[in-house]
Amino acid sequence: MNDAIWFRLPPAPSSVPHRPPTAEAPSVSATIDGRAVEAPAGATILDACRDAGIDVPTLCYLETLTPVNACRVCVVEVEGARVLAPACSRKLEPGMVIRTRSPRVDLSRKLVLELLASSVDLSTAPTLVPMMREYQADPGRFAKAVGSGLSSASSAAPSVSVASVLQPAKVDNDLYMRDYSKCVLCYKCVEACGTDAQHTFAIAAAGRGFDAHISTEFDVVLPESACVYCGNCIAVCPTGALMAKHEYDLRQAGEWKPEAQSVTDTTCPYCGVGCTLTVHVQDQRIVKVTSPLESEVTHGNLCVKGRFGFEYVNKTG
Amino acid sequence: MDLHITGGEPTEDERAAVDALLGPPESGWEGGARNIAQDGRTAAGGHSVTGERHLLLPAFHAVQDRVGSVSRGAMNYICRRLSVPPAEAWGVLTFYHLLATAPRPAAVAHVCDDIACRLHGAEQLCRDLEARLGPPLTGGSPAAAHDTHGGGARAGSSASASMGWQRSPCLGQCDAGSAALITRAGAMPERFVLAPAADASAIVEALAGATAPPASRTVGAIGTPRLLARAGKVNPASLDSYREYGGYRALARAIEIGAEGVIAEVTASKLLGRGGAAFPTGRKWDAVRRQPATPHYVVCNADESEPGTFKDRVLMEQDPFAVVEAMTICGLATGAAQGFIYIRGEYPLAEARIGSAIAEAREAGLLGADIMGSGQTFDVEIRRGGGAYICGEETALFNSIEGKRGEPRSKPPFPAEVGVFGKPTVANNVETLVNVLDIVLEGGEAWARTGTTASTGTRLFCLSGHIARPGLYEVPFGATLREMIELAGGVPGGRGVKAVLLGGAAGGFVGPEHLDLSLTFEGARAAGATLGSGVIMVYDETADLGDSLHRIAEFFRHESCGQCVPCRVGTQRQLELLPALSAPSAPSASSAPSASSAASAASVFGELSVAMKDASICGLGQTASGAIESALNLGLIERPVKGGE
Repeated sequence: MNDAIWFRLPPAPSSVPHRPPTAEAPSVSATIDGRAVEAPAGATILDACRDAGIDVPTLCYLETLTPVNACRVCVVEVEGARVLAPACSRKLEPGMVIRTRSPRVDLSRKLVLELLASSVDLSTAPTLVPMMREYQADPGRFAKAVGSGLSSASSAAPSVSVASVLQPAKVDNDLYMRDYSKCVLCYKCVEACGTDAQHTFAIAAAGRGFDAHISTEFDVVLPESACVYCGNCIAVCPTGALMAKHEYDLRQAGEWKPEAQSVTDTTCPYCGVGCTLTVHVQDQRIVKVTSPLESEVTHGNLCVKGRFGFEYVNKTG
Repeated sequence: MDLHITGGEPTEDERAAVDALLGPPESGWEGGARNIAQDGRTAAGGHSVTGERHLLLPAFHAVQDRVGSVSRGAMNYICRRLSVPPAEAWGVLTFYHLLATAPRPAAVAHVCDDIACRLHGAEQLCRDLEARLGPPLTGGSPAAAHDTHGGGARAGSSASASMGWQRSPCLGQCDAGSAALITRAGAMPERFVLAPAADASAIVEALAGATAPPASRTVGAIGTPRLLARAGKVNPASLDSYREYGGYRALARAIEIGAEGVIAEVTASKLLGRGGAAFPTGRKWDAVRRQPATPHYVVCNADESEPGTFKDRVLMEQDPFAVVEAMTICGLATGAAQGFIYIRGEYPLAEARIGSAIAEAREAGLLGADIMGSGQTFDVEIRRGGGAYICGEETALFNSIEGKRGEPRSKPPFPAEVGVFGKPTVANNVETLVNVLDIVLEGGEAWARTGTTASTGTRLFCLSGHIARPGLYEVPFGATLREMIELAGGVPGGRGVKAVLLGGAAGGFVGPEHLDLSLTFEGARAAGATLGSGVIMVYDETADLGDSLHRIAEFFRHESCGQCVPCRVGTQRQLELLPALSAPSAPSASSAPSASSAASAASVFGELSVAMKDASICGLGQTASGAIESALNLGLIERPVKGGE
């Protein structure tokens, strides 16, 4: 029997097929903290730092969202520039000489953290605690300085505190709540609700200056707004200002025990997209569902069913 | 865009106001009457709909002018018409302090209580008004803004009252001594400025409908005025009159020498921007001209809101055709067919005069297609600001034109590459542009003979405060501060000068030892000061600087856009720290600890000031602590003795 040519197996590939060749991206060389670095054109200073293993703190930055450079925690010193540059959005330019831990940088980072900590409840923002320690930020410094001035003016000093955004939590639906006492105005939720993920546009920044805040139109409750309860805003919130109602209730009852939770990745059963779900289980009950940021399918986003539709699993009998 | 709109329909008046601006709605999708047969099987959307977002602020103005505030129903209708999500529209609506979100009286007085007017009794005026009209409406007042968190700006007193008032930041009438912007909503809306606003009765009468004849203002010069050559002489409403004074010769000359020729002359003139940043104008124009991306835009920044500044207002009110002609030259030189002039909402007269100048120029073929037979097209559109100092920052201004919140963008990319609508844009201040007329006519090198080598030409200075003849003065660069004060008649009553605020709230104080400071870019820089927008506000030896500093801190707290942490929280903390900074420095026996704690307040302020300068996104945060810092350095508020740690 002659082998017809079309029966012959192709030689086994020696490796995964390569992408078709694309124009080689020109690379940019610069100096960061005395080290020569190379990065593809278009990379940000933050990209270059992370590739080089240099730690730059971030708060309003997230890989899946457009940088808004609003928090200013990631500022770095670029030689020859009048002011500091936000590493998250500033593109690396050829020949830049960058310092990520100069006294100027550290001072600005410290002040930004102190300003936030003096005006916002950061009790559910665990990533900020080591950051505050690293930059020796003292959250009470402003209150002390302001109070000292007043107490010197009169002996019967009233107890003064500096202005903050503390306010009652908004609980207006069964799926998630909003505690804007904890909001650092990083704009992540607005971006996730808008053009970076969901295209629902239920919330936006409103007001101005220290009174700026995230709001629905005319501050209406969520059920009256355009919200579709995908919860993608919860997923990106860095401070726990936005939280699933389930988690909030457990925390209020003192029954939220992260150390007693197990975490399992699985696939959402609801539709054919196949989103990766990370199921958080405590005491044999699902208490939270998230999705990994690095999942190619979801980029951390889910829909209302995937994120909140787990109660039926917990029902027994 | 699939909009989710709930809660309310517009009233007939609101709908009519929006339709007068946008035309009638085409279908039920845009808020018109529903017609299933017609609308049922069509798709509404695409760029033709979403591309109209830039009309959001004009639509809000239209409704506010008609009914006095923007209701939820009106906002919903505007959202349908322009395909803007309501939450985003709300974000824009609450950004501008001239826009109200709850019903309020039709007639409202916005009374200036800013630094210049305070020196002439603005606080007393506000107290008198409060006695006559009750507490101020909230929304425009820095003090009242504290309690609006979470709810947006709500009206204070009842809407059933026929008139109300609110405090306002600087109205740009500092040469009048006191001022109020009067707005009356209705089918025939009125907006005018009462300056001087002599007393509470005058304001109440103006609210009730009385009109006051415009007061004459002082305009002066050392040498031959160039920018102010026509001011007060030319009829601002007449193109013929403008031509009699040499108008439109510069445009003819510009067409003759061509775009390259114009840019060569502007470059040779070494003209630096007069808005505050002092960037070389020729370089800016050249960069925009070279951009391959199209279209290019010209933006004239007439959002003059720096406390103490009124130079651009005078130019626009007295010589509007000059502004339009200069913008046209800029458009031809940079390859732009469309220009925007963004005029602050507090300048109704300037807006009206520029508007009629544009219309008349268009009529005469000096705007539109084939200008003066050149084959080139250029036209100008007016945009009215909504009461936001930050929109004077060019990238915030672009966002405002685009119908977004006036939040500054990160630079780079710079406007020459990515400006309004993401396209190459040349943004120039009014005074900068008007200089171009003489540059084109005389040639850049000849023009540059006025002034000093580094600071060419003349400069407009706005003199106010404790000065005999407050007003706008044009002098060649190089005059000293002392000469300027003498030109304006000196300090009344023969009193001495305690300090001079140079460059406005974003500038800084200089002491009497700096009176021989040469008023040039380089001279100011050498003295650690800035010319900024040309403000010279004089404080005599009896002045209470603490009060002004407090108002400046309040101003920045009120005007910060709220985007970045150092400015949003920093301007609030600066305001709170101020009393601690001015704690008595001469310690009596018992207050030794307070002196050291005030020193610690000073050190906290010092660090805050550095961080705001270094880490804020834009110039507002970067300069917000400058005036207070300069006052501390000059010992104008007693600096605590460095003690303790």
